[in-house]
Amino acid sequence: MNEKPWMMSAPALTLFGVLLLVPLCMTFFLSFNSFGFYTGIENTVSMENYAEVVSDSYFWEIFGRTFAIALATTFFCALLGVPQAYILYRLSPAWRSIVVLIVIGPLLISVVVRTLGWAILLGNNGVINSALQNWGLIERPIKMMYTSGGIVLALTHVFLPFMVLAVWAALQRKDPAVEAAAESLGARPFTIFRRIVLPQVIPGILSGSLIVFSMAASSFATPAILGGRRVKVVATTVYDEFLNTLNWPLGAAIAMLLLASVMVIMLAWNRLVERRYGEALE
Amino acid sequence: MNQNGRFSQVFNILFCAFMLAPIVVVMGVSLTPEGFLEFPPSGISLRWYQAILDNPDFIEAAWISLKLGIVAATVASVLAVPAALAIGQGKFKGREALQALFLSPLMVPTVVLGIAFLRFLSLFGLNGTFTGLVLCHAIIITPFILRLVLAAVVGLDRTVDRAAESLGASNWTIFRRITLPSILPGVIGGWVLAFITSFDELTVTVFIVNPATTTLPVRMFSHITQTTDPLVASVSALTVIFTIILMVAVDRMYGLDRLLIGEGKK
Amino acid sequence: MAFLEAHGLTKTYGETNAVDNLTFTVEKGSFVSLLGPSGCGKTTTLQMIAGFEDPTMGKIKLAGRDLSAIPARDRGLGIVFQSYALFMHMTVAENVAFGLEMRNVDKAERKRRVADALELVHLGHLANRYPRAMSGGQRQRVALARALVIEPELLLLDEPLSNLDAKLREEMQLELRRIQREAGVTTLMVTHDQSEALAMSDRVLVMEKGRLQQEDSPFEVYERPRTSFVSTFLGKSNNFEAELKSVSPTASQLLIGGRALTGPTVNLTPGTVEVAVRPERIEIVDAAEAVITGTVRERIFLGAQWMMNVATPLGDMLVIRRNAGRREAEIGDTVHLSWAPEHMRILPLNEVAA
Repeated sequence: MNEKPWMMSAPALTLFGVLLLVPLCMTFFLSFNSFGFYTGIENTVSMENYAEVVSDSYFWEIFGRTFAIALATTFFCALLGVPQAYILYRLSPAWRSIVVLIVIGPLLISVVVRTLGWAILLGNNGVINSALQNWGLIERPIKMMYTSGGIVLALTHVFLPFMVLAVWAALQRKDPAVEAAAESLGARPFTIFRRIVLPQVIPGILSGSLIVFSMAASSFATPAILGGRRVKVVATTVYDEFLNTLNWPLGAAIAMLLLASVMVIMLAWNRLVERRYGEALE
Repeated sequence: MNQNGRFSQVFNILFCAFMLAPIVVVMGVSLTPEGFLEFPPSGISLRWYQAILDNPDFIEAAWISLKLGIVAATVASVLAVPAALAIGQGKFKGREALQALFLSPLMVPTVVLGIAFLRFLSLFGLNGTFTGLVLCHAIIITPFILRLVLAAVVGLDRTVDRAAESLGASNWTIFRRITLPSILPGVIGGWVLAFITSFDELTVTVFIVNPATTTLPVRMFSHITQTTDPLVASVSALTVIFTIILMVAVDRMYGLDRLLIGEGKK
Repeated sequence: MAFLEAHGLTKTYGETNAVDNLTFTVEKGSFVSLLGPSGCGKTTTLQMIAGFEDPTMGKIKLAGRDLSAIPARDRGLGIVFQSYALFMHMTVAENVAFGLEMRNVDKAERKRRVADALELVHLGHLANRYPRAMSGGQRQRVALARALVIEPELLLLDEPLSNLDAKLREEMQLELRRIQREAGVTTLMVTHDQSEALAMSDRVLVMEKGRLQQEDSPFEVYERPRTSFVSTFLGKSNNFEAELKSVSPTASQLLIGGRALTGPTVNLTPGTVEVAVRPERIEIVDAAEAVITGTVRERIFLGAQWMMNVATPLGDMLVIRRNAGRREAEIGDTVHLSWAPEHMRILPLNEVAA
């Protein structure tokens, strides 16, 4: 009886053990190896890669930019996604299914395609700049490509659906009669949203924020296309170390630092959420 | 009934416009008769769609992505369904750890997964092989299937199994005739979601392909980082149309919100 | 000869005995109920007979065969589950046909037997419906047809009516009994509902805390409860302590609240005993004939009868009086209560249920 679940999980467990746990451990050990331009990866054990990352302001800047972008993206996702989830919740079923397709559907469309769209929109000769110039609102194009702001804009688009879904799920868990109750007591729509609805969906906002933040902090395609070589983030730096410089140990160390910081932030966040909203999440 | 006020309705429209903007722009640009990116296009031409036919690279890559998605989603389903049944129905030590392990690819930054796979596969000479891609993709997409199947399994009434057993059904018959049909919507939904995830995957894949196994997203990515011409827009537009067809089909069958939230409400 | 026999059946979970040395028999063709409150072990007993739980000790025999080595799927019992456990993705006919398929019954015969089974439960016209689109009562009938179509030697019913609303439940009691009689199948039902057990069974087995308290016909368990638990679990009962002075082969002498009374004979040694009197057997009489005198505390009118709570030196007494179209004692009135000696049940002392 007790072996059956393990037997049923054995195939998946084998795959995950061999192809996930082992490679992750190997990468962890790789980050302690050293790299010579002529000798390649050397099987030594030292902290030199970590020392290099920690002592170099270049890497500090990259990590700082990455987390700043992730934080800004999370903020805008919450700012736009929370009201939209509530609007979605209050739409008639027929409209809702259409708006759901529009709002959540992009999640299933390749990030490369969506980022390409933003590249076309944001370029110096792009759709936005041309339109603004045609209308005479600006003289010279606003620089949006190869800026952190452009990346935040596109990442907000990429991850908004996750926020809407998380908040929407929280909305569906609440008693649908509470708004009517508040209204019967004389509350206006905005007050109902702020005082009654918002507090009840905070767990949803927090879990949505966590998803958005962790995905934004490790996003690759969007910063690679919109930031290019000039606006590097952690993921694109790792990519360059592995596939251009070929300094795998250094790339592995950077990746491990990313993994560690994302994990620490996620765990801390989870504990905070559980402590403050543990009962509400039941 | 729409209960939203005027302000909310304006917000809703602007929000939808924001979500659609980059996708509409890509679709629009793909129809340009010019040799550069322009929006709105000055005319309508299928010139850049024809150009795809002259670029076997893209067709080859699309073919690989399609095969990869189908094989990886199927492999992951075959692994995830029994695992989900074990986790969802059993009470045993290590059950939560097992579930956490199978969901962990969602937690680990994809770029970390990418280099880990690269490191591992290159040591065994599997880097760039189709087999390597299938196995790595299977790991990345297992959580999506597991979540949906788990939601379906948790809703199952165990006494139904007992009823079938009392009528003489073997364990295999119970699985095939009773359990599987009951969780089938979850399995199919999970398969489709897994397929789309695999079909669109870039960050991991970019580390573990070689020129012979380059997938469509990787091909498009490397094309965009070198030059942005309407060719990549027309390829993008085709993948968008393909995804929309799948999406509408899944929405009809399973509900898009249910698919993505992963909650098994009927 | 007994058809189903349980011998010293015991199921232990950790320290506790869910079923404790249970022995009983079921005659062929009869309808027997296992009755008791939740947690009394009745469901565990059913699970052991069905083969879903292994007994810690004891034996189960069906038609002389020992069942212990036979897995559930080969026991060939018909089971109706509390939740019905219908196969929601199959039509009614497919549900009923499933057991026959497992037995490799050929298609033509399968069809005929499914049709017969559905006819028996009056569902012939709904054969191609899905259970989702059916009412609780209809689902119940599907579950019954599915269990009966395999012509089981024994039909097990696990709280079969508990998911139905009150009105439907009464209807289904009669219906279930009719179907059982027509199919002629030996039936064991588990229930916590005493009126259900009394209405439907040939014999009732009352269980408490894993032990068999009494086995009798419905009339006997109600009229002649042998333990304090049985007297209070089946119907309402006024239980109080009394002194058993002496016992003769035809009568017994009791001291109740200081009054000497003659009661029916009993197989107990003199000492403190418990006496149970049904509320509907208590009469309101003149002071001279009173066994006990008390004050009406509460009075509820139920249409066909009055229910009164009377405070007496023996404790609160529940009195049920048929509505004879007259005025009854009011709250606060002093009333004199009495009952015929033969309506007293003298039981071994238990902690008296207040």
